[in-house]
Amino acid sequence: MAEILVLVDHADGAVKKVTLELLTKARELGTPAAVFIGSGYDEAKDKLAEYGAAKVYVAQDPELTGYVVAPKAELLAKLIAEAQPAAVLVPATAEGKEVAGRLAIKTDSGVITDAGDLRLDGDRLVAEQSIFGGSSIVHSAVTTGTPIITMRPNSTPPAAAPAAAERVEVSVELSDAAKLAKVVNRVVVPKGDRPELTEAAVVISGGRGVGSAENFSVIEALADQLGAAVGASRAAVDSGWYPHQSQVGQTGKTVSPQLYIAAGISGAIQHRAGMQTSKTIVAVNKDPEAPIFELVDYGVVGDLFKVIPQLTEEIAKRK
Amino acid sequence: MKIVVLVKQVPDTWAEKRLDPDTLTVDRASVDGLINEMDEFAVEEALQLAEKHGGEVTVVCMGPEGATDAYKKALQMGVDKAVFLTDPALAGSDAVGTSYALAQVLGTLEYDLVILGSEASDARTSIVPALLAERLGLPQLTFASKVEVDGTSIKINRQTDYGHDVVEAGLPAVVSVVEKINEPRYPSFKGIMAAKKKPVQTLDAAAAAIDTARVGAVGSWSKVLDATVTPPRSKGTIVTDEGSGGVELADFLATKKFV
Ligand SMILES: Cc1cc2nc3c(=O)[nH]c(=O)nc-3n(C[C@H](O)[C@H](O)[C@H](O)COP(=O)(O)OP(=O)(O)OC[C@H]3O[C@@H](n4cnc5c(N)ncnc54)[C@H](O)[C@@H]3O)c2cc1C
Ligand SMILES: Cc1cc2nc3c(=O)[nH]c(=O)nc-3n(C[C@H](O)[C@H](O)[C@H](O)COP(=O)(O)OP(=O)(O)OC[C@H]3O[C@@H](n4cnc5c(N)ncnc54)[C@H](O)[C@@H]3O)c2cc1C
Repeated sequence: MAEILVLVDHADGAVKKVTLELLTKARELGTPAAVFIGSGYDEAKDKLAEYGAAKVYVAQDPELTGYVVAPKAELLAKLIAEAQPAAVLVPATAEGKEVAGRLAIKTDSGVITDAGDLRLDGDRLVAEQSIFGGSSIVHSAVTTGTPIITMRPNSTPPAAAPAAAERVEVSVELSDAAKLAKVVNRVVVPKGDRPELTEAAVVISGGRGVGSAENFSVIEALADQLGAAVGASRAAVDSGWYPHQSQVGQTGKTVSPQLYIAAGISGAIQHRAGMQTSKTIVAVNKDPEAPIFELVDYGVVGDLFKVIPQLTEEIAKRK
Repeated sequence: MKIVVLVKQVPDTWAEKRLDPDTLTVDRASVDGLINEMDEFAVEEALQLAEKHGGEVTVVCMGPEGATDAYKKALQMGVDKAVFLTDPALAGSDAVGTSYALAQVLGTLEYDLVILGSEASDARTSIVPALLAERLGLPQLTFASKVEVDGTSIKINRQTDYGHDVVEAGLPAVVSVVEKINEPRYPSFKGIMAAKKKPVQTLDAAAAAIDTARVGAVGSWSKVLDATVTPPRSKGTIVTDEGSGGVELADFLATKKFV
C-alpha cells in the first residue's frame, strides 16, 4: 500500500491530539508515515508508534524551524519526490495550512483546507468540508499532483493500532528562498493545565459580559468542573482579559467540541464562525435578544455571575 | 515606498451564504458584495505605512465583472489607484489558481511591499498570502499583529498558536495582517468624492499574461464534486433565570450526559 505522509504537530515532542487523529485516518487510506520536524523526537516516538506510524521521517535540523513555514514545505516536497506518497495529511492549524499551501505550489498539486473527513472512492481521495459555518457540506478532490489535505482537529476519534515507527533520518539542503523570513525571537505564552482549545470535548468561553480579567475565574471554575478548555471572544481578548490564543472565531480558533458554553457573549457573526459546528451549544446572556440565542440548544437569559457559579456548584454536588 | 494591497469582494458576512447548485461556486448574485472585512485592516496598514514613510498605495482586486465595491472602498479610504482583474475565465479558480492569477498581476506592477488580509470570510482558506509568497519567491510575513518598516528591512510580530514570533526580512515582502493590528478608518466625505476621480485599470486575463488553462473551474488543481445544504439547527430551549437557572442548566447537561 502507498504511503500516506502525516505531518506531526507537536510542541518539543509533545504530540498534539490532531496528529493521532490524522494517523488514525491515514490507516484507512494507506500506510501511515509520520514526518517529525524539530526537536523532541524521543518524547514523541512512542505515541507515533502507538497510533500506527509504520515509519517516521525525522528531521531535526534547527534551521527547519528557524524561518517562517517555507523550510517545512521544502522538506515535505523532497519527501514527496522520494517516497511518492498517495497523499499528504497536515493538521488544519494556521501554520499547517500555510505549509500545505506552499507545498502545493512546489509540487504543482492541489490542496484542500479544513477537511472534516476523507475517504477513498475507488483510487480517488474525496474530502468532506463543512462550509459557511456548517450550513453546507461539500465534497471535493484534488485533480492534479499529490493530494495535500489539511484536516480539522477533532474530526476523527483517535484509535491506537501499534506499528513499528521505523525511524528514517531525513534532511534537506534549504534554498535561499526558504530562508527569507527569519524568526528572531519566539515568545511562548505559558499554557496552563487545561486541555487545548481545539482538542477539548468541552469548551467554555467568556465574552465582554465577564467584565474583567479577574472575573474570568468564574469561567475557569466551571471549566475545571467539566474538564473543559477556556475560550474568549475578541472583545475579551482585546480588553486584555485573556490571551489571544484563546480567541474563538473567524480570526481565532475554530472549535468543534461536543459542548460549547458561551457566557456573556453576544454571538457576532465573526464569533459564530469559530464555534457554530459544535455539537451542543449553550449560552448564558442577560439580553434575551442576543443573537447567540439563535443557535443554542439551551439558553439561559440571566446574569452569568449568578447562573455560572450555581451551575459549577451543582455539578460538583452531583459528582 | 510602493505598496500593493490585495482586497477580495465577498458576500455580506451576515447574509445567508450558499453555493450555486449549478456551478458549485459561491452564489454571489443573491447577496450584496462588499470588501472582505479583514482587508480593511490591510488597507489601513498600507495607508499608515505610506503616510509614515512616503509613497504610493495601489489596490488590486480579482473578481467577477461588476464586483467593484471592494476596491472602491479602498480608494475611498485613501488608496491612490486600483487594478481590477476580471475575466470570465477566472470564475471558479481555487486558491492555487487564484494565487497564480494574482502573482501575474503583481508582475505588471512595481512594489516594495504586498499586504493582504489573513483570511477571506467566504472561503476562509487563509492560504493565499503564503501561496503568493511562494510564487513570488518573497519573504512570507503572515498573521502580522504589528509591522515595522525600516528602510530596506521589515519586522513583524507573527501571531501563532503558542504566542508570537518576531520575524525579520528584507524588502520586498508579502505581509498578511490580523484584525488586532489597527483600527480601519471610515472614508470621509472628501475621500468618497476624491475616489471617483482616482485611476482604475481594468485587466483581463490576457492583459496580465495569465494562461487561462491554469485558472477557473477547469484549470484548477482541485474540484468541488457536490454540495448539500445541511438542515438548520432545531430551535433550542430558552429559559429565564428565576433563581435556579444554574441548577436547570445542570439538569439539561445531565440529559446530554455531560454531568
Ligand atoms: C475582521 C474581524 C474579525 C473578528 N474576529 C473575531 C473572532 O475571531 N472572535 C470573536 O469573538 N470576535 C471577532 N470579531 C469581533 C466581533 O465582531 C464582536 O465584536 C465580538 O465577538 C464581540 O464580543 P462579545 O460578544 O464578547 O462582546 P459584546 O458583543 O459586547 O457582547 C457582550 C454580551 O455580554 C452580555 N452580558 C453583559 N453582562 C452580562 C452578564 N453579567 N451576564 C450575562 N450576560 C452579560 C451582553 O448582553 C452582550 O450580549 C471580529 C471582528 C472583525 C471586524
Ligand atoms: C467554501 C469554499 C472552500 C474552498 N476550499 C478550497 C480549498 O480547499 N482549496 C482551494 O485551493 N481552494 C478552495 N476554495 C477556493 C478559494 O477559496 C478561492 O480560490 C479564493 O479565491 C481564494 O481563497 P480565500 O478566499 O480562501 O482566500 P484567503 O486565503 O482566505 O484570503 C486571504 C487574503 O488574500 C487576499 N485575496 C484572496 N482572494 C483575493 C482576490 N480574489 N483578489 C484579491 N485579493 C484576494 C485578500 O487580501 C484576503 O484577505 C474554496 C472556496 C470556497 C467558497
